[in-house]
Amino acid sequence: MKKITTALAAGAMALTPFAVLAEDSSDPIVIPIHNWSSQIVMSNVVGQILEQRGNNVEYVTTDSQAVYESVRLGDVTMELEVWEGAFGASFRAAQEKGGIVDVGDHDAVTREDWWYPMWTKDACPGLPDWKALNDCAAVFATPETGGKGRYLDGPVDWLKHGQERVAALDMDFVVINAGSAAALWAEIGAAEADKKPVVVFNWTPNFAEAVWPGEFVEFPPHEEGCDKDPAVGINPDALYDCGNPATGYLKKAAWEGMEAKWPAAYGVLEKISFTNPQIAQMAKLVDIDEMEPDEAAEAWLAENKDVWESWIQ
Amino acid sequence: MANATTDTVSAGTPMLSRSQWSLVLVAVAIVLSIFQWSGILPAWLHRIPETAIPNFAGWLDAIFGFIKDDMGLLTLTRFLTEGLEWLLDASGNIFFGKRRWPNIGPIPWTAMAAVAAVIGYYLGGWKLALLGGGTMVWTALIGQWSIAMQTMSVLAIAAPLAFVIGLSVGIAAWRYTWVDFVIKPILSVLQTLPFFTYLLPAVIFFKVGPTAGAVATTIYAIPPMILMTSLGLQKVSPEVIEAGKMSGCSKFQMLRHVYIPSARTEILVGVNQVIMLCLAMVVLTAFIGMPGLGAKLLAMMGSFKLGRSFEIGVTIVLLAVMLDRMSKAWVVKQPEHFERGTPFWKRHQMLLFGAALFVGFTLLSLVMPLAAEIGRGQHFSQGKELDNLIKGFLDIEAVKATTGFLRAFLNVQILIPFRNFMLSIPTPAFIMLVVAFALALAGRKQAIYALIFFSLVAFSGWWDRSVITLYSVISAVTLAALLGLPIAVLAARSEKWSVRMLLVCDTAQTFPSFVYLIPAIMLFGITDIAVIFSILIFAMVPLIRYTIEGLRTVPPEMTEAADMAGATRMQKLVNVQIPLALPTMAVGFNQAIMFAFFMVIIAAFIGTQDLGQELQRTLAGTDLGKNFVLGICVALMALTFDLTIMKWTADKKRALGLQ
Repeated sequence: MKKITTALAAGAMALTPFAVLAEDSSDPIVIPIHNWSSQIVMSNVVGQILEQRGNNVEYVTTDSQAVYESVRLGDVTMELEVWEGAFGASFRAAQEKGGIVDVGDHDAVTREDWWYPMWTKDACPGLPDWKALNDCAAVFATPETGGKGRYLDGPVDWLKHGQERVAALDMDFVVINAGSAAALWAEIGAAEADKKPVVVFNWTPNFAEAVWPGEFVEFPPHEEGCDKDPAVGINPDALYDCGNPATGYLKKAAWEGMEAKWPAAYGVLEKISFTNPQIAQMAKLVDIDEMEPDEAAEAWLAENKDVWESWIQ
Repeated sequence: MANATTDTVSAGTPMLSRSQWSLVLVAVAIVLSIFQWSGILPAWLHRIPETAIPNFAGWLDAIFGFIKDDMGLLTLTRFLTEGLEWLLDASGNIFFGKRRWPNIGPIPWTAMAAVAAVIGYYLGGWKLALLGGGTMVWTALIGQWSIAMQTMSVLAIAAPLAFVIGLSVGIAAWRYTWVDFVIKPILSVLQTLPFFTYLLPAVIFFKVGPTAGAVATTIYAIPPMILMTSLGLQKVSPEVIEAGKMSGCSKFQMLRHVYIPSARTEILVGVNQVIMLCLAMVVLTAFIGMPGLGAKLLAMMGSFKLGRSFEIGVTIVLLAVMLDRMSKAWVVKQPEHFERGTPFWKRHQMLLFGAALFVGFTLLSLVMPLAAEIGRGQHFSQGKELDNLIKGFLDIEAVKATTGFLRAFLNVQILIPFRNFMLSIPTPAFIMLVVAFALALAGRKQAIYALIFFSLVAFSGWWDRSVITLYSVISAVTLAALLGLPIAVLAARSEKWSVRMLLVCDTAQTFPSFVYLIPAIMLFGITDIAVIFSILIFAMVPLIRYTIEGLRTVPPEMTEAADMAGATRMQKLVNVQIPLALPTMAVGFNQAIMFAFFMVIIAAFIGTQDLGQELQRTLAGTDLGKNFVLGICVALMALTFDLTIMKWTADKKRALGLQ
C-alpha cells in the first residue's frame, strides 16, 4: 500500500520534470516522543507546524537512547532534542553507522552536572563551589554511606562518570546510581518535606527548575580533553577532573532519506531553533499548568506566532 | 570445582542417601568458604578467571547477525510488520480515530460503555454490567479515554493473535509428540525469561512503535494458551471421542466438533490468561513505542506527577479486573440451547439490545458532542490533590521514624551484610549449595539441572550480578513469607475475609508495579530496602493466594477428625491444616520466587547493581547478544528453583494422597 503510493508519487514526479519543486510525500512524518515534558511539547509544536503546512504527522513513543537506531533505519523521521551530554555518544555512534544526519543546533544550550535544590545552601553556605561542597560532605551522609556524603548520580547508562570525578578530585563522597530520572525526582521530592540537604545529578532545560529552584555545583571549568588526557585539568594523573561543559549543544537530527522524501518539511526543520526560555515555557505549560502536551503545543504556537511563522515561509 | 567434587566423591561411600549427599556438599561448600575468608583460597577457585569466560555474547551476536541479514529474517519480519501495521492502523481508527482506513472511528465513549455493560449483563448479570459500564465511564471521566483506547487498539490485535497462535501450537503439541517434546522446554524458558529480553528483538525485527509492542505482548501471552489447549485436549474423555468416531467424523470434524467443544473450559481459561498477560505488558511495552496508558504513565512519572500516575494505575486495574471477571464468567457460562423454531430476535436478544444501544448512542453523539468525546476541560482528574495526599502521608512523623529505623537497621545491619556474605562465597561453593538444595528437596535429576544451569551462569561472566539478583529475590521472598503467611492464615479462617484478601491480591497483581517504585524511593531512598520493598509487594500476592487456597481446600473430614480429637485451633492449624496445605503453599512459594525474578528486573528503575541494571542498559542499544546472555542467566536461575520446588510439591502431594 505504502509502496504503491510512493511508486505513484515517484512516477508522477518523473512525468513532470519541470514541476516547481519536489512535493513532500504524503506518508506520515514520524516524530518520536520520549518521557520528559519539554521534548514531548516541542515534538508536538513541530508536528503541528508541519501539519499546518500540509504534512501528515504521526507520533511514536520511544526510548530516548534506542531512538537513534530507529532514525537510522528510517522508522522514525527526526529527533528534535539531541543533548550533547546525554545522547551525544549514541548520536555519534549512529552517525558512524550511517543513515542519520545532523540538521543543526537549537539556540538553546544544555548543561548537566551535580546540582542541589536551594534549601541545601542553608546547610552548606559555601556552595556552589565544589571545595565548599566537599568540606560539608558530612551533611550529605546517610545511614548507608558511613561518614561520607552521598551523591546521587544519573542511571549508569547515562555514563556521567560521577565515580571517576570523585576519585580524581579526591572528594569525600559515595556515588549511588539512580535507576531512572523518576528515581531522581523521587529522591528530591522526599528530601523536600523536611528540607534535607541533597546533591543529585540534574540538567537544564528541565521541568525540575520550576518545581525546585536550585543551582549547579561549580567544578573546575570544563577543558577540552579533560576526559581523554590525564594531564588536562587540576589533577595531572586523572581523567574527569573537571566539570561538564556549561554550554552543551542541543541538536536536531533526521533520517538520511528525509530530505529527498519531504524536502519542504526538511527545509522547515533546518530553520527550527528554540531558546532555553522557550523550552522552559513549553515544559511549564505541561508540568505546572497541567495541560495535555498537544494542548500545550497549541497554546504555545498561539502565543509565539512571531517565532515560528518565519520558519514556514 | 571439578577437583573439589571428585575429592568428596572418593571420600564418601557410594551408599550415601540423598540427604547425606546434600550434607556432604554443604560441608564442602562451607570448608571452601572458610578457606576464602581466611584468604588461603586461590583466586581462580573463588571466581572463574576472566580469561576462562567464553565470549557467549559475541557468538550470539554473530548468529543473530547471520539469521537477521544473511538468511533474510529481517526482510521477512519487516514484511510481516507491514501486515501487522495495517491491522493496527485499522483498529487504531476504530478505537481512537487514527486517520487511516476504514475512517469510521472513533467509537463514541458512550456507545462503548453501553456495549461493555450489555456484555457484562449477558455474561454475569447486574454486577458485571456495572463493572463493565462503570470502568468505561471512569476512564472517560478521569480524562484518559483516548489513551486507554490507544492501549485497547493494540491489545485488540495482540490478544486474538496470541489466542490463534497459542491454540494452533497447542493443538499441534497435542497431536504430535515431537512438537510437545520441542515446545515444553522452550515454554519453560519463555515463562522465566525477563521481559526486557523480549523487547529488544521486537524492536529490531518489528520496528519501534505499536507493531513491536503488539509482537512483544503476543509472545509474552502465548505460553499459557499453548499449555491450557494441550491440557484440555488431553483430558477429553474416551466416551466422547468414541461417540464422535461412531458418527463418522473426519479428522477436522473431530477437532472442530468433538475435541475443541469438550476442551472449552480449559481453552477459555487460556483466553483469560492471555488477556491478563497482555494487560501486564501495557506499561513495559511503552519502552518500545507502545502508545497509550503505559506511555502516559512513564511520562507522568518522568515529571514526578504521582497522582496522575496513580490514576492511570487505577484505570489499568479496572480494565484488567473487568476483562478478567468477564472472561471467567464466560468460562462458567454454558452455551444456551433454544427450542427449534425460536425466532431470531429471541435467540439473539442481548446481541440486538447491545446493537440498538450502540447505534442509539452513536446517533446521540452526533448531536451531543459530549457523548462522543469528553474534552480535557471536563475531566475529573484529581492528580494534584492525590499528589498532596501522598506527600502528606510521607511527611507524617511516625512514617518517617519507621522508615528511618528500617533504613538504619534492616538495611545496614541485615541486608547489606547478607549481600556481602553471599558475594563472599566462592563460586564453586555457591553452586554446591544450590545443588545440595535441589538434591535434598527434589532428586538427582533436579540436582544435575541445578549444576548445569548455575555453571552456565558462572561461565556467562555475570556471576556477581547474578548473585546480587539472587540476593534481592531471596531477601524479598523471605520477608514476603514472614508478612504474607500470617495474613493468609488469618484471612483463611473465614470465607468473607478470604474473598476480600483475594480481591486485594488481584489488585496488587495488576496494578502497574512502576507506580509503587516512586513511593518506595520516597520512603526508603535509593537503597536495597526500596528495591526489596517493591519486590515484596508483588511476591506476597501468590504466597497469600495459594496459602488461602491451600488452607481452605483441606478436606473437611481431616479438620473434623482434628476437632473430634479435641485439638485447639492452633494445634489444628499446625498439625493438620498446614501440613496438608503445604504442597499448595509451595506452589505459591514457587510463584512468589518467579514473580520476584520478574520484579527484580523492573527494580532496576530504582537503581540496582544486578542483572536488571545491565539489561536496562542493553535496551538503549543494539546489543542483542549481551541482552540474551543476561536474560538467560535470569531464566536459568529461576528455572532451577522452579524445577526443584515443583518436583518437591508433586512428591509431597503423592505422599499425602492428595492426587
